[in-house]
Amino acid sequence: MSPRFEPITGRYLHCELLGKPHRLYVEEAGGGIPLLCLHTAGADARQYRGLMNDKRVTENFRVIAFDMPWHGKSSPPAGWQDEEYQLSSRDYVRMIVEVADALELDKPVAMGCSIGGRIVLHLACEQAERFRALIGLESAAYTAPYYDLSWLSRPDVHGGMVCAGVVSGLIAPTAPSEGRWETLWHYMQSGPGVFKGDLHFYMIDGDIRGRVDTIDIKRCPLFLLTGEYDYSCTAEGTLDVAKRTGAPATIMKDLGHFPMSENPEKFVGYLLPVLEKIRNL
Amino acid sequence: MLDTIARRVNADANLIRRGRFVDTTFMVAIGDAYTLIRIQEGRIASVTPGPFITPDYSFALRASRDVWEKFWRPLPPLGFTDIFALVKQKLMKVEGDLHPFMSNLLYFKDVLAAPRREAKR
Repeated sequence: MSPRFEPITGRYLHCELLGKPHRLYVEEAGGGIPLLCLHTAGADARQYRGLMNDKRVTENFRVIAFDMPWHGKSSPPAGWQDEEYQLSSRDYVRMIVEVADALELDKPVAMGCSIGGRIVLHLACEQAERFRALIGLESAAYTAPYYDLSWLSRPDVHGGMVCAGVVSGLIAPTAPSEGRWETLWHYMQSGPGVFKGDLHFYMIDGDIRGRVDTIDIKRCPLFLLTGEYDYSCTAEGTLDVAKRTGAPATIMKDLGHFPMSENPEKFVGYLLPVLEKIRNL
Repeated sequence: MLDTIARRVNADANLIRRGRFVDTTFMVAIGDAYTLIRIQEGRIASVTPGPFITPDYSFALRASRDVWEKFWRPLPPLGFTDIFALVKQKLMKVEGDLHPFMSNLLYFKDVLAAPRREAKR
């Protein structure tokens, strides 16, 4: 009997990001239109493994997901011990474009969730010509802080456990137990202060309410998918972006803030019609 | 509404294991009805209904009776599934010394959701 490998390939990419050399962990599966997937705050590219194992997705799309620097198997840049990690809108946009260039992707589709769902709105404003289409999962223009973020990174509280505790309620109560706990496991493995550093973008620096009206979906089509149980990026927040941009939006039943990892089977059912539209652009 | 919480929590060996370092007293305020819940090594040692003259507790969770009732339904309505969902909507206040709560957040979320289980069965 031959080994039961999944069709996913994982490799380390050497590239320069934000002026510094990086060694970035990248996974991919499938072939066709490049679909560059962006993980949530404080997690990593494993969130997309359900998609990469689904032939309905990979038969027409080359699904690529990378661990952002500081996340998953992508280490922080040399000298990280002398700084506090904090993600900004400017760096996040630049990093995505530089990764797409380093991978030599021709007009990829970018799909991001949560912070990734927010950054696709920034990409729509600033880099529309670089992308074939954009998909925002759990995408809203702004989320105000609703707890004291300092709890996420202090030596007298277990960082992995508190980060998982903070996000656990964002998963749909109807999600399969395996998907729920794997999603939380990713959070439990995050490096110290990384989730908090990402939330600097999500809850402070990445506020794009003032620029949503400048998004032109004719320059780059935008699609929005949000889980009904997500109280961080709410259905109302997504529908507001849809109303202001004309982008089609679907509120997904029985899904929360992590659709691709909490319940991939259910999520793919919502994603396939969007991918079909993108194929026919 | 808290009648079953001690029985439910103390019958769950895995939940007790997860909370084995928890040793504190916290308050649940259902409208103006206050209850003190004492936890020792992850087990609920006592559930004491008020009123109190000088209640001594580390942290308190306060919400209206209507909010708690929705939170404790077997499948709560959208927006009522989680403590932080209620906090974000300003339907619940979590106040006091939050260190025991935040450093055992997954444990306390399951303790607080324990009254849901009875209806599930």
